[in-house]
Amino acid sequence: MVTLPPQLRDPVLFEGLAQVAAATALAAVVLGLSYLRDLGMERELGGAFARGFVQVVVMGALIGVLFSVPLSFSAVVLAAMVGYAAWESRRRGDGIPRAFRVSLTAIGLGGSVVIVTMLAAGAIEATVRNLVPVGGMIIANAMKTNSLALDRFKSEIESNRGEIEALLAIGVPPQAAVAEHITESVRASLIPVVDAMRTLGLVYIPGMMAGMILGGANPIYAAQYQFVIMGMIFAAGGLTSMTTSLLVGRYAFTDAAQLRRFEESSPTLWSALQSLR
Amino acid sequence: MSARQLKLATESLSFGVDGRSILRNVDLRVATGETVTIVGPSGAGKSTLLRLLCRLDEPTGGTVYLDGTEYRTLDPTALRARVGMVPQDPALRDGTVRDNVTVGPQLRGETVAPDQVETLLKRVGLADYADRSAADLSGGEAQRVAIARTLMVDPEVILLDEPTASLDPESQSEIEALLRALLADSDRTVVLVTHDQAQVDRVADRVVEFVDGQIRGRGSPREVV
Repeated sequence: MVTLPPQLRDPVLFEGLAQVAAATALAAVVLGLSYLRDLGMERELGGAFARGFVQVVVMGALIGVLFSVPLSFSAVVLAAMVGYAAWESRRRGDGIPRAFRVSLTAIGLGGSVVIVTMLAAGAIEATVRNLVPVGGMIIANAMKTNSLALDRFKSEIESNRGEIEALLAIGVPPQAAVAEHITESVRASLIPVVDAMRTLGLVYIPGMMAGMILGGANPIYAAQYQFVIMGMIFAAGGLTSMTTSLLVGRYAFTDAAQLRRFEESSPTLWSALQSLR
Repeated sequence: MSARQLKLATESLSFGVDGRSILRNVDLRVATGETVTIVGPSGAGKSTLLRLLCRLDEPTGGTVYLDGTEYRTLDPTALRARVGMVPQDPALRDGTVRDNVTVGPQLRGETVAPDQVETLLKRVGLADYADRSAADLSGGEAQRVAIARTLMVDPEVILLDEPTASLDPESQSEIEALLRALLADSDRTVVLVTHDQAQVDRVADRVVEFVDGQIRGRGSPREVV
């Protein structure tokens, strides 16, 4: 007879299911309003909601398993997270040359520098149960920044193509011709991080701090730790955004300093991997 | 023309996008100081030719020689400082007229003498415009600023893409008078794309007619137009 692992027999799971039902009911209200207002977004919203639930539960189960695996395995999980984040994020820059490579490099660099530094500083415990969720949070935020930077860069270039080419046509170096558009992309991509920092504690009480306080931690320590987390997100976002902008600014031009046309495509995973070479 | 040195020459210059041919085997020779006008119907490849001459697009066949040097051996940015283009749409940046006129040297890391801007603006008929916002200019004024922006980097060859196409008749004749004045007092080489046949008569030394991506005729304005 198959015995369920102890985590699946925990009565708290049933309590959790009831809470999920309540959250689903609220989401259903949103879907219902979308249907009534004829927005046609029910499929997208419902799909995202269901997908988010499945993914997060799978991740929870995986973390449960990870408690029993060696620490080195968390590097594999974090690398997989970076890969998937880059794959999703590159859609925002569809048409930008080598968008997957840019995303992979930027998210990988921003995420890993921060994770390694904070591990060394002791702010992230060197345990799987600490490293995977905190690392995931940092990578997710790096992804968000990368997506925003790609999205803004693409629209900046597309709406200013005439001006950029007018500058190229009088001998302005390509990086100088797009410098202000790169600055704008960095600025726009960091708006959520900067706003979150500005309102931290006043409007925005982040989930991790709330969770720690609910879990019985010293509220001041919870606040300190949350600030550390925000600092990590801030640093990862900044590093990612600057790497993204630097790379897209370079890949937007050919070797002959010609502004490439941004042709949208839907690359397969295989073609994206080939583009890394 | 024969007495003058060859400035710009194309050899079987061709360009296509997605298997569609836009320019085919174009052989064009332009002497130093000459004003060559390119005419032809819309879609004949006139603007594409200008983009290829300053290598904003990459030829899919053939090449271009500048002073006898194959242009792929030159740094593209340095090439464009020597073969500068004035696009059909002035595409000015936010900021003042001065900001736009000095943008080339500034972004190339070169210094601009304070009186240089005033002198140039006077030449293009925009004296006292230096501190005006570029956003407040009329179409003709914006086109003058675009011409001044290119003149500021002092290219040996100027490529002009229908500089009067979107202007009212009064602005058209003003820009044309400006061009004639600029051309008269320098040995600058000019390749001008236009669809205005009367303009050809007034400014061109030589005319090249394009049809369907190929040269259909060439000669003096009277012979071709």
